[in-house]
Amino acid sequence: MTGSMINISKRWGFHGVAALKNSSPGYKMLLGFLALIALAGAVVGLHGMFVGYHHVYGVSRQISWGLLISAYIFCVVTSTGLCIISSIGHVFGGEAFMPIAKRAVFMSIMFMFGGFSIIFFDIENPFRMAIWNVLSPNFVSNMWWMGTLYGMYLVFMMIEYYFLLEQNHSLSRLMGFFGLVVGIAAHSNLGAVFGMLHGRPFWYGPYLPIYFIFSAGMSGGCAILFFTTLGWKINPEIMNQRMERAVKAVTQVTIFLIAVIIFFTCWKIITGMVSEGKHLVIMSFLTGDYSINFWVFEIFLGMFLPLYLLIRSRGNNFNLILWATGLMMIGIFFMRYDIVIPGQIESVYHSLGVEEEANLLTYTPSFHEIMASLLGLAVVMIAYFAGEKMLNGHQLEKHEIVPEGGYICPGCGAIHFMKEGETEEDAMKRHHRIW
Amino acid sequence: MKLPKINFDNLKNEGTSSVTPQERRKFLKLGLAIAGVYAGGKILSLTSIVGTAHASGGGSIVKKYPYNPHYSMVIRQTLCIDCEKCVDKCNETNNVPDYGYRTRILTKKYSGTLDKQVEFIPVLCNHCNDAPCVRACPTRATYKDPITGIVRMESKKCIGCKTCMLACPYDARYFSAARRAVDKCDFCWEERLSKGETQTGCSSACPTGARTFGNLTDPENIVYKLVHQLEEKVWVLRPADDTKPNIFYMKGNMRSVDNILNEQKHKYFDPNKV
Repeated sequence: MTGSMINISKRWGFHGVAALKNSSPGYKMLLGFLALIALAGAVVGLHGMFVGYHHVYGVSRQISWGLLISAYIFCVVTSTGLCIISSIGHVFGGEAFMPIAKRAVFMSIMFMFGGFSIIFFDIENPFRMAIWNVLSPNFVSNMWWMGTLYGMYLVFMMIEYYFLLEQNHSLSRLMGFFGLVVGIAAHSNLGAVFGMLHGRPFWYGPYLPIYFIFSAGMSGGCAILFFTTLGWKINPEIMNQRMERAVKAVTQVTIFLIAVIIFFTCWKIITGMVSEGKHLVIMSFLTGDYSINFWVFEIFLGMFLPLYLLIRSRGNNFNLILWATGLMMIGIFFMRYDIVIPGQIESVYHSLGVEEEANLLTYTPSFHEIMASLLGLAVVMIAYFAGEKMLNGHQLEKHEIVPEGGYICPGCGAIHFMKEGETEEDAMKRHHRIW
Repeated sequence: MKLPKINFDNLKNEGTSSVTPQERRKFLKLGLAIAGVYAGGKILSLTSIVGTAHASGGGSIVKKYPYNPHYSMVIRQTLCIDCEKCVDKCNETNNVPDYGYRTRILTKKYSGTLDKQVEFIPVLCNHCNDAPCVRACPTRATYKDPITGIVRMESKKCIGCKTCMLACPYDARYFSAARRAVDKCDFCWEERLSKGETQTGCSSACPTGARTFGNLTDPENIVYKLVHQLEEKVWVLRPADDTKPNIFYMKGNMRSVDNILNEQKHKYFDPNKV
């Protein structure tokens, strides 16, 4: 057992729990604090499950998707985005993007787990889901496809990550390709979960399924920059020339995608203002209850400030990138919230002109909802901070850990292994062959 | 710009004999549809239900009803007095908890009108032929009953994702903790109709006959008669969603009901039905 562990640590650059033990007291305290939040979130969530969610959650009959669904969407959008941006490198061969792959795929998997742990506390009968999704599938239901496609996506990403660690580039590339296709399908379909509800004009239409893909790309770029620059703060050794080039490339893509999302947002507002069904909701963004969410978080923190800071950073001022993307992550969270909640604030009977539904509906997240959402986010953060130490900063290039028979590939910077009698060149061809 | 000259004086009178009954019917319906849109804005318009339930057309169209018995409810809005006996009866019959409801009565107020200032609009599940909730459900826990067309729940399959609640354009669904599933109106199928009753709880409790429940495929049925006429405008809620609902609305004041149901024994209230 110990022998195989040593083997894995050599092959995968896996440093194990020892690396955590050797971390600074502050780092341990941070991890402990996150673990406490996760524990509290799980306890509060389970409490809600036992007493009945309708007693403790802020959601109602008419606003039945609340903070939990928003947080879930935040997680899965980021996960898909990490997959999309990292695939530019290790699936499509964009050399500059290659060094980010391991961290991105790892975080992509962790964000999926975070998302699933959040939605576990939103769905009333999660255990039934496992049974009836299989025994009684409804192939025209977007919700069914969401569960199925995200499940497949997670499996592909996990296999891909295994092959990334194993340095099997052809198989990791193949799995990455499947993961990307299924991931984009899953994610676009998540937009369609909203976009197909034709009683809800704010959501209805092809806008959301398309927006979700681009928005995921933006979130993914932001997340990669955030986690890479934060990783650099934790361990400056992870930065090398190749990684610096990768950060620069991701910064450029992220700037481009922010610009795309700015246009998406502009047209959402402008078309919504002349649409009878959306007008009230759009006005609540511009001047009403959601104006702070919209202007301060979504527009300023989520788009314009990071756009400015990322351009200023020129892709090589890592402190600036860390700030820009950290704030942007908060902005993006509100972006997701502003898709989910405002779509429900206008009652279906509002346009009938009746007294009961004359006002827009309101929703405030409850303590239980906030804690259950924090559980998912804490899971992601724990996985990140533990991963940075245990997986040695997801480094591909680390001379100390190049084991016998291995060498650093000049093409991708990863550690490759030569078979007996093989030259370095042959090994490189074998690792990078295209099927 | 030169405009084409039309000399009306020299046009030949084609006579009325060349107008087929179909064309005449289409013309009448067009007029009513315009009136409907004008009277109620986007939410009220006449019979967007074309293809499933025509407000006119009579016998030849009956074969288009996809279910038999095709259960339906006609709500004669003018007759509703907001006594809420229907809501109470529904809650009692179906064990609806205090945090939920299967049906409710909405109030619409008017100002500047001379005859009345308020109107009551009972709402419930519309048992749509193209039900968005049925499409949205991942596990087919909610389904169209293949015989009656009632949108029903198979509670054990409900995972509680609540997509159906958002898919429903009539706010007809809520999550019932006791059932551990989404609950909704089933036209009292489980509690009454399947046990041989002919009326739903709400329609049996209605003292004024505002809620009229029946079978749309039976030409003798009151619901059939109320829907298949041109005298009174019939509409459905949210026609733009095109869900082909089976709850029809009409003003249904005394005089027009008299005209429509001139041979019906009980026009407003059936003393035997409770």
